[in-house]
Amino acid sequence: MVDSKQQWKAWLYLAPAIVLLLVFTVWPIINTVAMAFLEGYSGLTKTGGDVTFKLGVGNFTHVVAHPDFQQALLNTCLLCVITVPVSTILALLIAVALNAIKPLRKALQTVFFLPYVTNSIAIGMVFAAMFNVIGSVGTRRQIISSYGIVNDVIMALGGDWINWINSGSEYWANMLVMVVYIVWNALPFKILVLLGGLQSVNKQYYDAAKVDSTPRWRVLTRITVPLLSPMIAYVIITGFIGGFKEYTSIVGIFGEKMGPVHDPGRLNTMVGMIYDSLERDNQGGASAAALILFGIILIVTMINLYVSKKRVHY
Amino acid sequence: MSENTFKVMKQRNMRRISGLTEPMRILSQLGIYLFLFLMALIVLFPFYWMVISSLKSLAEYKLSPPTFWPKQVLLSNYADAFTTANLGTLFMNTMYVGLVSTILSLIITVLTAFAFARLEFKGKELLFGALLATMMIPGELFTITNYSTVISFGWLNTFTVLIVPFLVSIFYIYLLRQNFLQIPNELYLAAKVDGTGDFKYLWKVMVPLSLPTLISITILKMMGAWNSYIWPRLVANDDAHRMITNGLRNAFTETTGDVNYPVQMAAVALVSLPLFLVFVFLRKYIMSGVSRSGIKG
Repeated sequence: MVDSKQQWKAWLYLAPAIVLLLVFTVWPIINTVAMAFLEGYSGLTKTGGDVTFKLGVGNFTHVVAHPDFQQALLNTCLLCVITVPVSTILALLIAVALNAIKPLRKALQTVFFLPYVTNSIAIGMVFAAMFNVIGSVGTRRQIISSYGIVNDVIMALGGDWINWINSGSEYWANMLVMVVYIVWNALPFKILVLLGGLQSVNKQYYDAAKVDSTPRWRVLTRITVPLLSPMIAYVIITGFIGGFKEYTSIVGIFGEKMGPVHDPGRLNTMVGMIYDSLERDNQGGASAAALILFGIILIVTMINLYVSKKRVHY
Repeated sequence: MSENTFKVMKQRNMRRISGLTEPMRILSQLGIYLFLFLMALIVLFPFYWMVISSLKSLAEYKLSPPTFWPKQVLLSNYADAFTTANLGTLFMNTMYVGLVSTILSLIITVLTAFAFARLEFKGKELLFGALLATMMIPGELFTITNYSTVISFGWLNTFTVLIVPFLVSIFYIYLLRQNFLQIPNELYLAAKVDGTGDFKYLWKVMVPLSLPTLISITILKMMGAWNSYIWPRLVANDDAHRMITNGLRNAFTETTGDVNYPVQMAAVALVSLPLFLVFVFLRKYIMSGVSRSGIKG
């Protein structure tokens, strides 16, 4: 029963949301796509005078050919490819372990959720402090007053100290710090989802495995993982989407220069690139980069969905 | 025989069948606890390091090997941090933006979710599907145009620019609509028969019944304001409107080299504290909201 009075009323309820969505969601979609295909589009030149921009894919080719973009793409992909599997496997092991105990489960569950309710900039600064070497590093005359807690631990175990994030540090060391921080940050959500899934698994499968005295490892790979596959697929997909949008965790550790002092911008990501172009008033380039990012996320999600359709068991 | 005794007997049988002897079972349980404690230690260590570093003097912080408990507890770091980063103003700004945007956002979300859950209008399913589809698009794509839009509105360096563009969240609308749909339709029809208006019904019946979801939304929205960094840095990075995360990053630009870490860590601890308090008291709501979203804030 749809009378015209109810129609009218429904739109009244929707009005505030619709107005805001038109201005801040619908218009941006149209405008961003338009700017991406107007070569060299810039808000500044546009207001400056009667300029027309040529229609074409110039912004895309310019962005893709830019060495900064290639570096950002490499960084983003590397971080995704490493952190998503590592954090998923770790989260799975922790969730399975939590599910296997009774006393202290609630307390430990709370501990593992703690990193979620943190500010990624703030705790990034704590990680920077832990990896930082205090003193002048990277020069010929090295005056070091403290190696930082992580290096102290390495040295106590008999290793040599590593220049993680200071001036003169190497790319792999920077990346390793980022991986540790991102995995630490990604664990809580994954554990929460996987543990939720585990608790709804039918106990009969495990009883059957016990009757057959199946070893623990086989129970994990042959029963738990297949039964959890929808949740695993979910955390992997959201993990990749979040990974491709990585930005603030790097600002947390390295600051806005996005890299160690001697090589700023070395750890820039796709999202960082977009904001850099925006600040240089290059809206055309920023829009093209954003559309490329959207394309990548779409493709990766499609691949994930395709793979999970084949592997997810129900 | 009660069900419980039956359960215990079944467990005993299972244990006998499983072939794991009692000592073996204890050993494997021990291994599990060991693994969990080790992981918990790694997860907690940064928090521990933040707190003890914030209480040390700079000289003690630089000691190598380090001390794991401050020799002399220095609370003055916190006072220094508070004034250096101007945390008072930042805190007030963030609370203001958080509260206003949460209240307005809740109103819009309730109205929209109600329309999608209970009212009938042409193109309802189509519109809702289109809204859900926009959730796939990365936020950066909107930011580029929104930046130009707010400049042309003259909103740069105001509180408006921090509040208005993010008032509508499709995810919250979706969440609340699901909750509204669970409320039996008979209740609505009964209210209609009694002559209760739609708005009164929404306010007196649906909102109270969906309180847990509304609380989840409130917490996530407040946390979002507290943690937002990119947009505020872009559009409102002046002293009068700066938000807490930006302020923290601005006040301590150096992360490596010879930095006064104890003060920096004190500032970080002060910024993290409200989040912890929220977590301790409202964990249930955060966890239920988060497990459905997959997003931070």
